[in-house]
Formats: sequence, C-alpha cells, structure tokens
Amino acid sequence: MPPAAGAAADHLRLVVVGHVDHGKSTLIGRLLYDTGSLFDGKYEQLVAIAARRGVPFEFANVTDALQAERDQNVTIDTSQIWFRTPRRQYVLIDAPGHKEFVKNMVTGAASADAALVLIDAHEGVQEQSRRHGYLLKLLGVDQIAIVVNKMDLVGYSAEVFERVSGEYAAFLAGLGVTARVALPICARDGDNVAGRSSQMPWYTGMTVLEALDGFTPPAPDADKPLRLPVQDVYRFDHRRILAGRVESGTVRVGDTLLFLPSGKQATVKTIERWNAPPQFSASVGDSIGITLGTQLFVERGEIASSLQSAPTQTTEFTAHVFWLGRKPLTTGRRYKFKLATQEFEGEIVRVAQVMDAASLEQVDGRELTMLAVDQVGEVTVRTRQPIVVDLHERVPNLGRFVVVDDLEMCGGGTIVDTGAHATLFAATSANITRSVGQVTREQRNIRNGHKGAVVWFTGLPGSGKSTLATALEQEIFNRGWQPTVLDGDNMRFGLSADLGFSAKDRAENIRRVAEVARLFAELGAIVITAFISPYRNDRLLAREILGREGLDVPFVEAYLSTPLDVCEARDPKRLYAKARRGEIQDFTGVSSPFEPPERAEIELDTSQFDLEESVGRVLEYLLPRVKM
Amino acid sequence: MSPDHLTALENESIHILREAYSKFDSLAMLWSIGKDSTVLLWLARRAFFGHVPFPLVHIDTTYKIASMIEYRDRVVREWNLQLVVGKNEAVLASGVTFPNGLATRVECCSTLKKDALQQLVDQKKYSGLIVGVRRDEEPTRAKERYFSPRSQTMEWDATDQPPEFWNQFKTDFAPGTHIRIHPLLHWTELNVWEYIEREAIPVSPLYFDDGTGHRYRSLGCAPCTTPVASTARNVSEIVTELRTTRTAERAGRAQDQESENAFEKLRRDGYM
Repeated sequence: MPPAAGAAADHLRLVVVGHVDHGKSTLIGRLLYDTGSLFDGKYEQLVAIAARRGVPFEFANVTDALQAERDQNVTIDTSQIWFRTPRRQYVLIDAPGHKEFVKNMVTGAASADAALVLIDAHEGVQEQSRRHGYLLKLLGVDQIAIVVNKMDLVGYSAEVFERVSGEYAAFLAGLGVTARVALPICARDGDNVAGRSSQMPWYTGMTVLEALDGFTPPAPDADKPLRLPVQDVYRFDHRRILAGRVESGTVRVGDTLLFLPSGKQATVKTIERWNAPPQFSASVGDSIGITLGTQLFVERGEIASSLQSAPTQTTEFTAHVFWLGRKPLTTGRRYKFKLATQEFEGEIVRVAQVMDAASLEQVDGRELTMLAVDQVGEVTVRTRQPIVVDLHERVPNLGRFVVVDDLEMCGGGTIVDTGAHATLFAATSANITRSVGQVTREQRNIRNGHKGAVVWFTGLPGSGKSTLATALEQEIFNRGWQPTVLDGDNMRFGLSADLGFSAKDRAENIRRVAEVARLFAELGAIVITAFISPYRNDRLLAREILGREGLDVPFVEAYLSTPLDVCEARDPKRLYAKARRGEIQDFTGVSSPFEPPERAEIELDTSQFDLEESVGRVLEYLLPRVKM
Repeated sequence: MSPDHLTALENESIHILREAYSKFDSLAMLWSIGKDSTVLLWLARRAFFGHVPFPLVHIDTTYKIASMIEYRDRVVREWNLQLVVGKNEAVLASGVTFPNGLATRVECCSTLKKDALQQLVDQKKYSGLIVGVRRDEEPTRAKERYFSPRSQTMEWDATDQPPEFWNQFKTDFAPGTHIRIHPLLHWTELNVWEYIEREAIPVSPLYFDDGTGHRYRSLGCAPCTTPVASTARNVSEIVTELRTTRTAERAGRAQDQESENAFEKLRRDGYM
C-alpha cells in the first residue's frame, strides 16, 4: 500500500478498472502471456481445463481463480499478480467491474499508483467506467490511461476510438483529472498490448506495455510536516517504547514532539529498531519505535508532530465520502470512524450531493438525508471528543478515514474542511502550554461539544415544569449533548430528605439544588431544574451561587406563567384537591405565596402553547448560548 | 531489487503485526517451519523489539520431513519461543491417512492440518491467527485480505470479503468470529529469499541442494512434497535462481494438483 510498499523507484502498482465485461482480466492474462511472465505449464493447464469444461479458453482465467468466477465468467474479487518489464517490477491489480463488487474494486484500486481504465469500443462509456473514474480520483490515483478495448468489434475504426476515448477524457477532465494517454487495443488478440497491431496502421502511439513504463512511481516527500500516530505502547524490557508508523515527514533523535489531543510534549531520546544498526531519523512509511526523554502517559490514537506544523484539532469536519454499505449513510446517525490510529464516534450532521446518481456527472450540493450504496457525497461529521486531522490536500494520510457501521467498513472519505471550531496549533508557545493539574472548562466543552448551562424552571404546581424539563432533556440528549434534570424526586428523597416545606427549609433546599446544579454545570452539563421555587430571594440566591467566582455559565430563569385556575384544573398529582381540603399545609398557590420573577429570561404560559412549541421556545433562547 | 523495496515490505508487515497485536487479545502465530513463516517470525521479533508476544502454533501431521522438527526445536530453544504443537490424535490413531492409502491427499490435508488446527483453536480459544501466506503463491491466495474473517468453523467466504484500504482493516467483529491475519500477503517468493539473505535468517537446510542436484522449494509432508531440480547450495544462489525461474513455487506440492479447484476448496474450508 502506498506510500510504503510502492516507495522504491523501480516498483509500480497498477490497477486495471472499468465496466464489467470490458476486458480487464483478459488484458492482464494477455499481458502476462505476451511478456513470458506465466510459469511453465500454466497456459497449457488453463487451456486443458477449458477444454475439459467444454468452454473456450479465456485469458481471464489467469486471475479469475475462484470457481465461482470461472463458472460465471466474471471477476468477483480483486487479485494481484507480479510481472516485470525491462524497466521495472509491476504489481498488476485486477479489479472487478460488476456493480455488485465496488468494495472489492476499491480494495484493489486504493493501493495503486496508476490505473488503466478499460472501455469496450462497441459498448462505449458505461456506468462503472464513470464510477471507477470518480473513485480513482477520490482514492488519490491520478495517473490514468484510457484503454479502448475490443477494437475488432468496431472494425478497428479510428473514428470510434476517437469518439469513445474523447468522451471519457472529457469526463475525467470534469473531475480535474488529465488522462496521460489513450490507446486502442484488442486484448484477446494482443493488438497494441505488448506488440504493435497490424490491424490499426492509423495508430502510431504507445502500446499498453509502453504506457505502463511511462507512469511514474510515487516519490515520498520527507519534507512534509511530521505525523507519527501512536499505534501502541510497549513495555518490554522495562522500557517504554511508543510504536508507530511515520505517516508523513521525518522524525529525528532530539526533536521535540507535540502529542495531540493531549497536548503533551517530549523530546525523542532514541529511535528503536531491533537487531539493526542505530538509527537517528525515520521517514514516511517507516514502522518504528521511539523512546522519549521524559516519561509521558500517551496512548494509541495520539498523533505526534513538530511544534511548528501541528495538525488541526476539531470536533467537526467535512469530507468527500464514498459509501459501500448495504444500509445507507444517514444524517442524524452516529458511526464509528477510524483515522490513522484514532477511533472515534461521530454524528452525520449534513449530507450534500456532489455527483448525480444517474449520469455520474458532478453537480452542486443539493441537501440529501442519506447516501445509498455506491454513492458519493459531501458529508459533515460532528464528533464528541476532539480529534486530530489534516486537510487531505495538506497531509493525505491524516486527511482520510474509514467509516464503520455494524462492525463493517462501509465507506471512506477525504477531509476538505476542518470546521469553524478547529484549533490550529501555531508555533507560539502560548498555544501549546497545557494547563497543569486542572482540566479546564474549555477542554471539557470541546469534549462535550457544547457549553454548560442551567435552565431554572419556576412556576406553580401543575404549571408544566416537570413535563417541559423532561421533554427538553430528551431534545438536548438527541443532539448528542449532555443534559440532566434535577427535580423533587432526585432531591427530596436524597440530598434534601431532611427538609420539610417551611420557608426556611424551602430556602435551604433551593440552595442545595443550586450548588448541585453548579457542580454539574462546571462539568459542562446542561442542567434543567424543575422546582416550584416560589420565593424571589431563593431564586436570586440560586443565580448568585451559579455566578460565584466568575463562573461563566448561562443561568436561564424560565417562568411558567400558567394561570392558577389552569394549574388547579390540571392537578396532575391531586395535590390541589388535598390542599383545598386542608390535608397539605404550605401549598403554593393555595396556602403559601408564589412570587413571580421580575425579569425572567423566558416567560411561558403553557396553557397557550403545546409541548413542542413550548420546548421550541426554550431551545430558541438556549441554543445560541451553549453552542460552541 | 533495491534494499529500499524490502524495507518498504517489512514496514508494511510490521504495521500489520502491531495492528493485530493491538486489536486482538488472544493471538497465535502459525509456524510451518518453512521459509515464509520463519520470515514472519523474524518480522514479529522486529515489530516487538526482540520479543514474540504470542504463542507459535505448529500443526504436526507426524509426516513432516524429520529434519524440519530438529530445526524447529533448535530455533525454539535459541530464540526462547513459546511453542504449541497441535495434532489430530484421533485420526492419527485411526490411521485414515493418505500415506496409509486410506484417504486422498486432499482429505489427508483436511484432517491432519485443517481439523487439527480447528481443534487447537477451539481448545486454546484463539481469536486471531497470524499466517504467512502470500498473494503470489497461488491464485486464490492472491484474493486474500490482510485481515480475513472466518466463520466459527474456520470457513472462508471468498466471494464476500470485507473492503480494505488506506491501511485500515476490518478489526470489529461479533463475538465468536475467528480472524486470520496475513502480514506477508504482499511479498513474493523472491522477496522472501532476498530478505532472508539480507537479514541472515537461519532456514531449514532442506531448501539447499545437498549434492543430489535437488532441493525443496516448498516444505510440507514427506509423502506429498517432492524436491525440485536445482543446484542452489545457499541463499544467494536461490535468489539468483528465482530471478529467472519459470517453475511455479508449489509445483512440488501434490495436493494442489488433485483437481481443478482442489486448493480453493481446501482454503475455503479453513486451510492456510
């Protein structure tokens, strides 16, 4: 897989793609045969097998090794075969063209340095011809040759060749890809494969073999920013070794490394390699171990970089995603993502169209609710904890990820935007100083994906406090956020079990509620309280407790001004009735006063709105104050 | 081939070995005593800084060429390895084997290797097996994945394999799934020998011409493995020979040739 496996200059990994039955496996078989790359007896063995089965010999059988593939004459899974020209060693990757097997095509093509797109001269450009072109672009394979096959079926016509190859070259150009070359061949007969065709004297360009040798092997760029994802931490022989593969750039002994997302720093003490001479640097592709000058607790998933060009930390990113899953990718759902050695959960917040499903032409971003199998879209993901990424164009290996759904890898994406809340660590030391000893509120907010707040419902018994609090909690929770409700049930039976309902006890109860709310809010939760809290002074005290020591958490007093007669008519717990009969003392609204707030942040008469509207009005006020 | 290319292959394999070790609690590595799994063993020591942090499993059919076992026991001693030997005792006791004329070659492989492995995996509860197969060995292995899921009974669904790209592998599994990990998949036979030469890895002497003009190119059971004509007496002569050979690596392995899809069938059922 690139860049490592294809790193040496005399090696090239080449994938052959295109629509089903356009001749991919046949070309590979023919290429191997013409270059003398088949082992002794292989050709004769396949001819004999075909004769025994009473079917014509197919060059495709060289790579179509599965019984099911030979039975159906279709490539199901990708295959790899080695061959060499005088110029260099090749790994030829055969990719299936049938639409059922796009995941196998992706598996084959993702590791390639260059691609041949085969197009049947007679059938012309088909759905998978375009889809494969699009996927090559997304997978980062940008050296492409257009190979128009089965020229015998169109009478070796130069005009057909020009039309078919021109149409496909225009399609690629629309994707921003320039085809290196276009060539007319007949793979079965070997025309323009290894040798020149006598059937097409009008064609004076390259053969397939010459086109292959014209591709350039990837050149790893050791000058890119360093990215060393921690793959594992070993404690063999009482030493702590961080193991990982350099995904970009170069690491040297003595370098100061910044680990994100933890923000820790240390210098590289040694680069470890068993049974090998000492090594003082390692570059992109190297699987190494390092020891550090100071002992740090870092785990798998941390990304090491230099201080000067660190990656981006974010809880939101936008990517071009191709989807392979049988179940569609759906907005609002959470998926597992794997990016380098990081694994995290993220919610799909937006999907936009980038390719028309029928024409496979590029289109502008119409909003979608999902991506079906084999579709491509622009997807925005929000994560709970901060993750470490790069734009794909900056550092490809840290700018791409896979999506896991139901234990299966169901898609892949390349990051095109790191979101508005991204923190780009700059070279200034101020930005990389980590707070010692205390996790800051800001750090907690980044992990939660929102800020803390207290929504303080107040109102008569039956005014709708508990109902509204519960509905609001659910609504906030559904966004992937952290709400919690404090109400009589979890205060009166526990922390305040020793208190009655006198004015003094009510005041003490409210003080305790406010202190508990403060603790939760400091953790970053959105606390929703549902207490009658009838006295103005008690609510003022709660507000003061929350604002103490400059704690900057919004305190939202939400007054439910539902009229007494409505509340009494609702009487959900039959308490008004009991109070009227004198069975309950100090009952607010009947035998104890309720002091309406003079300036509540929200005032709502729940007899005027249904529950959804009421929740909506609270959210409308709250959301802008807790969003990051 | 440039030494850089071997380093690139090695880096990839180490990455996969470390990924497997990080993701699976109960791992074991199959060691057939042959050149490939011995290179794999060497790569594990490189990945884990001289350690092999999981047991090595050798499936002993009792028909192995005698000197293979001597070599095995010497390496285990010198490298301080944890060796687990699996045998299909029931079938060996019943004598229903190919050398006894009571089973075909494929049936014999199936019971003495595949079933013996299954019994050991069940007994030891291994969730992952690291195996040294390569894509260039034979065409069904060319279609393998680095992380290849198997059913509870070790069956391989070759027609519905998980995608694998960008160095990400299927590492999420339902409980009870068994996984094969193939860190050598991208190596060729020639790469293996070049690497053995570069790293001076000790291999079984059966791979060299002992003066008869023949050597083993692939090691297996004595009754089903025949030497090939070759005068290569050391690793560097093997490397030179392989650069120009036109004979397939497993040409000396008789069980592959019993029928058109003999090997595919064996592999689908759980063979290595």
